[in-house]
Amino acid sequence: MEYEAVIGLEVHVQIKAESKIFTTCPAGFGYEPNSLTDPVILGLPGALPVMNKKALDGIIKAGLALKCKIPDVCKWDRKNYFYPDSPNNYQITQFDQPICDGGEVEIELPGSTRAVMGDHRTVKLTRIHLENDVGKLSHFSEDSLVDYNRAGTSLMEIVSDPDMSSAEEAFAFLTSIRQTMIYCGISDCDMEKGQMRADANISVRPVGQTELGAKIELKNLNSITGVKNGIDYEIRRQTSELKKGRKIIQATWRWDADHGRTEEMRKKEDAHDYRYFPDPDLMPVMVDDEWKNRLQAEIPELPFEKQRRYVLDYDLPYSITSVLVPDRELSEYFEEAVTQAPKSGQAIGNFIANDLLRELSDAKQSLSDCKVRAAHLLSLVSAIDKGVITKQIAKEVFTEMFNTGELADEVIERKGLKPDFDEDQVKAWCEEAIAENPKPVEDFRSGNEKALNSLKGQVMKKSRGKANPQVVDGMIRDILS
Amino acid sequence: MSQEIFYKTATELSQSLAKKELSSVELTQAIIDRTQAVDDKVGAFNSRDEKDALAQAEASDARRASGDGRGPLDGIPIGIKDVLAVKGQPLTCSSKMLGNFVSPYDATCIQKLKSSGSVLWGRLNMDEFAMGSSTENSATKVCSNPWNLECVPGGSSGGSAAAVSAGQAVVSLGSDTGGSIRQPAAFCGIVGLKPTYGRVSRFGLAAFASSLDQVGPMGRSVEDVAMVLQSISGHDERDSTSFKAEVVDYVAAMEQLKGKKWTLGLPKEYFDLAADTAAIEPVLKAIDFYKSIGCEVKEVSLPHTEYAIATYYVVATAEASSNLARYDGVRYTHRAESYDDHIDLYFKSRAEGFGEEVKRRIMLGTYVLSSGYYDAYYLKAQKVRTMIRGDFMKAFEEVDALIAPTSPIPAFKKGEKSADPLSMYLSDIYTISANLAGIPGMSLPCGFSAEGLPIGLQILGKPFKEEELLSIGQAFESAHDFKNQHPQL
Repeated sequence: MEYEAVIGLEVHVQIKAESKIFTTCPAGFGYEPNSLTDPVILGLPGALPVMNKKALDGIIKAGLALKCKIPDVCKWDRKNYFYPDSPNNYQITQFDQPICDGGEVEIELPGSTRAVMGDHRTVKLTRIHLENDVGKLSHFSEDSLVDYNRAGTSLMEIVSDPDMSSAEEAFAFLTSIRQTMIYCGISDCDMEKGQMRADANISVRPVGQTELGAKIELKNLNSITGVKNGIDYEIRRQTSELKKGRKIIQATWRWDADHGRTEEMRKKEDAHDYRYFPDPDLMPVMVDDEWKNRLQAEIPELPFEKQRRYVLDYDLPYSITSVLVPDRELSEYFEEAVTQAPKSGQAIGNFIANDLLRELSDAKQSLSDCKVRAAHLLSLVSAIDKGVITKQIAKEVFTEMFNTGELADEVIERKGLKPDFDEDQVKAWCEEAIAENPKPVEDFRSGNEKALNSLKGQVMKKSRGKANPQVVDGMIRDILS
Repeated sequence: MSQEIFYKTATELSQSLAKKELSSVELTQAIIDRTQAVDDKVGAFNSRDEKDALAQAEASDARRASGDGRGPLDGIPIGIKDVLAVKGQPLTCSSKMLGNFVSPYDATCIQKLKSSGSVLWGRLNMDEFAMGSSTENSATKVCSNPWNLECVPGGSSGGSAAAVSAGQAVVSLGSDTGGSIRQPAAFCGIVGLKPTYGRVSRFGLAAFASSLDQVGPMGRSVEDVAMVLQSISGHDERDSTSFKAEVVDYVAAMEQLKGKKWTLGLPKEYFDLAADTAAIEPVLKAIDFYKSIGCEVKEVSLPHTEYAIATYYVVATAEASSNLARYDGVRYTHRAESYDDHIDLYFKSRAEGFGEEVKRRIMLGTYVLSSGYYDAYYLKAQKVRTMIRGDFMKAFEEVDALIAPTSPIPAFKKGEKSADPLSMYLSDIYTISANLAGIPGMSLPCGFSAEGLPIGLQILGKPFKEEELLSIGQAFESAHDFKNQHPQL
């Protein structure tokens, strides 16, 4: 019997914000432990949460970007459980009236090679809600310490429908969410820093069965590879259990990345009873159209839309778009130049994807510090278009521009890279090359097209790389015909 | 006979201070002396900082001397229930759980009192975490009724009532979740007002049941209570449930409403319930008084009254079970000396730190919120609560305010009810509905029982119409002399 997996993800994303959700206490990373606290964060007697309206901007934006419905009213509930990282021993969250309903995430599956675009599909979302994050525990041999700096910061939970069927899809889902969040400036989504965390609900059923199998909630998927490997492992495990005729019993499991396996954490009957109830300290939140419209206006073109536009408008190959698009800064850099020379999209894209990124990485520089700006790229592309320099020489010019900040014309002038010969001279070099290389000439005449390259190479050498290869190609063919 | 300084009303003392016939230091010292003389018997104070009070009094006198007086409360010693956060002062909620906790911040109502110049005086005894009707649930000390030391002062704001009654504070702040200001005020023969939910900020009030809790004033006269209410009222950005409305000048409003012929309602169900008519005899006389001054008095019905106590004990305990979860032994509370792991730390610290009544309510609240029971208890209770509020709103279409007893019985003997929590819960029958409905209520002395114990008259009013309650109360008060009757200690 064939089996298929059904996967739903719950993705926690920390929202970048200056202050915490339910107090004016500042939020941030890397501060002295317990310095970003106040009576509300520490759960002191008498302290009350008050919603910081600005903290909702991030999640409403996320909801709009992911095509959720934003209901006019949402409310706050308490999720009660004891844990030392939770100062009140309840978390403020949204149980039955979340801020975002439904929604979808466009994902791209891997193509046959890296240069080929993979299939796209949408994964349905159930909801997105906001809750306050907990503190951070550190365990030592005798004691455990807790830092409440993170406590009370905005954490959104994006819950998907059971709408995925493989680890690749789950991975693509996370990647897409991550890019959307980064594009919208909602979160940096660095999984290693805990800014993005995922739990997966995984079940396996015989192909053709409509009813879902018993689900395993898989926790501790703390990295992108953890998500992939953990889900993969769990699907294989459940399938193998079913094939052996065993039953899967609903439970919570965890991914053990060190040993590369999943293990049971707690059975269903040991699950917490969170005793949700509406938080009596907080009023429901009204989200009006003005608020939504203001945030809608702040949502930039999203990555997949941008990628499609690059292919359409600038005829960029997929491999270049998949370098430019994921990095919003890089794509903006590209667009600044390409809007002034829309026909040179490919050339500009190529210089950025190949030469610029190589130079930046060699020089360990960031894009914002880079001396090559739109004007430089434009001057370079124009010099090639006008036939002033060859593409080969352009690479040299690019490196010079990168190092000195000069425009392409200035580099060409200073280094004397303009051709200092006429067409007769090129013709003379062609004739010389033909005379000096009888073997390739013979090969070409007997139908070997490739042999022409060797002759062209000789001419280019004689011109010290300055001759236009297309012109050379034509001349050699003329002479030999 | 000139009255003892410590039995004068804030209104009188305020005039003396303004005329410089009296200094705040003299007044505060008189209150301190009185407290030192009687508090061994009364037990109203959990702790007191006499030096700090005198320093505040000196500062007040200095302000008045330089013409910077801050108004009627400047220099008046006000006792604070030990459930409100005062920066630098202990905050125990009369619980072992909070042990040596000192608050690093001020409650909003405390900040407001500070800016009014009042002398914040002591930490007043109460039932642990405001859970109780007798102050017998205090883990700190026994608190007695100044009128009869064998009796309870009521609760949970028993210390706040006893201190005012015994002359150990001029006025005080209490908190009322199901009658915790009004019932002790009635038991101790003083005035106590529970404002409309949202009138006074709850920021800095250690929560018992967030949707029911309200801070309010207690004093020897209606005007004293009005003065304090005015000072602590108002919207607070730090409490989302506080109401955005202008603060009324209650004293001026009372003056304006003087002589108004009110339409007053008698909740049929309340009087039907009264088993001991002798205990409410003075309330019936008060009703006759209102008729005699031209008020219209009519019977009204609050048909869901019989569900009020059950509803209250579901809603209040559910919220309490969550609100008190923060007292866990991890950060600032009592922590067990030895434990195996964090779960054991919770169990032991909470078992040692909380008293019986608090544990009972946490368990009850945890149960009613549990999955599978939520709909049957909590959700249903919220629906009934809406109906109870509906009863009041309907009654207020016909009448300006309701008149009722504050408590079915006067102060009872210590220990009499502590073995039977249910009968203790039932004694809150007249006060609980106002919290469920969110409406204001006031208790003022209206007579004495055969045993010489004070009896309270309760007036329940429309939301945010505290000035009407105060005016109706003052009409009775000014025609009687209860505010000048004091216990013999």
